[in-house]
Amino acid sequence: MYDGGKIITGIVIFLLFALFPIYSNFGKTYKPPKPDLNTPEIQKMEVKKCVEPKEYMRAEHMKLLVDWRDAALREGKRTYINSRGESYFISLQNTCMRCHSDKKKFCDECHKHAGVSPYCWDCHFAK
Amino acid sequence: MGVWFSFWVVVGLILVALIGAGLLNLSVIFGVVFPYLALVVFLVGLIYRVVQWGKTPVPFHIPTTCGQQKSLSWIKYSKLESPATGWEVFLRMFLEVVAFRSLFRNLRTEMGPGFRPVYGSSKWLWLGGIAFHYSFLIVFLRHLRFFTQPPSKLVSIIDSFDGFLQIGHPHLQLTGVVLFFAALYLFLRRLYIPQVRYISLPADYFPLLLIMGIAGSGILMRYFIKTDITKVKELTMGLATFHPKVPEGIGVIFYVHIFLVSVLFAYFPFSKLVHLGGVFLSPTRNLANNSRMKRHINPWDYPVKVHTYEEYEEEFREKMKMAGIPVEKDIEEEETEEKEQEEKE
Ligand code: HEC
Ligand code: HEC
Ligand code: HEC
Ligand code: HEM
Repeated sequence: MYDGGKIITGIVIFLLFALFPIYSNFGKTYKPPKPDLNTPEIQKMEVKKCVEPKEYMRAEHMKLLVDWRDAALREGKRTYINSRGESYFISLQNTCMRCHSDKKKFCDECHKHAGVSPYCWDCHFAK
Repeated sequence: MGVWFSFWVVVGLILVALIGAGLLNLSVIFGVVFPYLALVVFLVGLIYRVVQWGKTPVPFHIPTTCGQQKSLSWIKYSKLESPATGWEVFLRMFLEVVAFRSLFRNLRTEMGPGFRPVYGSSKWLWLGGIAFHYSFLIVFLRHLRFFTQPPSKLVSIIDSFDGFLQIGHPHLQLTGVVLFFAALYLFLRRLYIPQVRYISLPADYFPLLLIMGIAGSGILMRYFIKTDITKVKELTMGLATFHPKVPEGIGVIFYVHIFLVSVLFAYFPFSKLVHLGGVFLSPTRNLANNSRMKRHINPWDYPVKVHTYEEYEEEFREKMKMAGIPVEKDIEEEETEEKEQEEKE
């Protein structure tokens, strides 16, 4: 190989970048987040159900929250009828956070894995 | 037609993922096997190509320059356009890679009055290329949040700039959209400029369409057809830690995205995309313009067997004379020479 020293240095630098996820995680095991549902309000429930089915909540709760905000603040609608036909009062603090009262062990538990930090709490209370 | 061929290949790939992961439930293949295979093909293929280039001799000293060469000490020379030392070559390469300097010089040629070509500045390709490559890089780095736990600090720093508009939830990240539209621009450029279209091949359309497919499926997954990102991260971290597992309930859109990404990576070493490595090994860029100071020896040089004219004439002198072809040495001369030699002896 011509200029072998330079080319091999280049390849090593490339591999350092390309394989970063592999060596930085080497020997580790990943523990997925376990959002804690153990709050007084949820304990009291007979059938433990969220506003919408769990799968939907996991994937779409951010969209639901924005829809709630728009419904409440732009359309003046403060009740939400879910897919099961039950109605909920639209409020981040008084509905979501009443059940999910331990924000640290619930919302934050997932969010620190997803690398998101919603700015809602600049204004809204978590409890 | 190259465009339609490439288009249908990308559509076919999307269908493969939709059917494979959606209908046949082959999520292990699409989520684990293909990504690993693609990574191996990508790394081995790219290194192989680079080593092959490294082994290829550069017979001539061919830097392309566009500035005053270093010569006499009192003539100012252009360090970047005509680098004379290794350090200047490094600077030139660095700017080439991060700022696409040679593309910046791109010109448009048109026929002016009286059939004279007129050259005009044309920066759109440069701008499109810069937008495309940098947004690709940033989107790529942002994806590190799926491969590090806790998510790398870099990701949140990038995100604070990239998402500063705070539109919607999940919040809009600008570079994803820029990536899609920059690729679309580069694609339409190939379609609408007749000269460019004439020289475009399926191998030019396909990567652009594929990347548009990747960006499109990513944007769909983030903003429209959402899927459970927490589970996606379980899968990607499984890949990174070599404890692969495929959680139930990840939407098929994710498998479309990651399958297109796998295809991109596997296709990389075989295609024009290897310019990622190739740009560093271009002899027109990475050689110093110092051929007046240092002799460039052709590594191919070997002792060539030559047949000089003297030898040739020696061989055919009589025949040449008979055919009336002038010769440098006559037969008589030769004979006297021979005699002289004999006498000496
Ligand atoms: C009436 C109480 C109640 C309210 C109000 C409520 N949740 Fe829930 N939530 C639950 C319960 C119970 C579960 C567990 C559901 C299950 O396991 O099927 C849950 C599950 C979830 C999950 C999935 C967690 C997991 O373990 O995967 C998310 C995300 C979530 N809720 C977000 C919200 C948001 C956002 C709101 C407000 C829009 C909200 N919840 C309002 C009770 C509630
Ligand atoms: C700049 C401060 C601010 C921030 C940041 C903010 N909100 Fe609000 N939000 C308000 C105000 C003010 C209201 C109006 C309260 C009312 O009229 O009941 C409101 C109302 C709402 C409502 C409907 C009414 C209620 O009681 O909850 C929802 C839902 C909501 N916000 C969701 C969010 C979410 C989700 C975020 C984070 C992504 C967020 N907000 C961030 C200020 C803020
Ligand atoms: C099952 C895990 C999980 C739980 C529990 C959860 N989230 Fe999330 N949330 C996520 C993920 C993952 C994202 C990022 C999605 C993405 O990047 O596409 C997210 C994003 C968000 C966003 C949008 C953030 C942004 O900047 O775009 C808001 C707002 C949000 N979550 C609110 C909440 C609230 C409020 C709770 C608690 C009531 C909660 N989430 C609980 C997983 C969860
Ligand atoms: C290792 C392979 C990859 C995985 C596992 C992956 C996974 C994902 C996931 C899960 C999302 C949704 C993010 C969200 O909802 O917040 C996403 C979005 C996206 N992906 Fe990928 N992806 C990969 C590679 C790529 C590559 C190579 C590109 C570059 C072309 C790309 C471009 C995008 C874009 C443009 C988005 C839209 C959101 C954004 O701007 O970040 N992805 N990807």
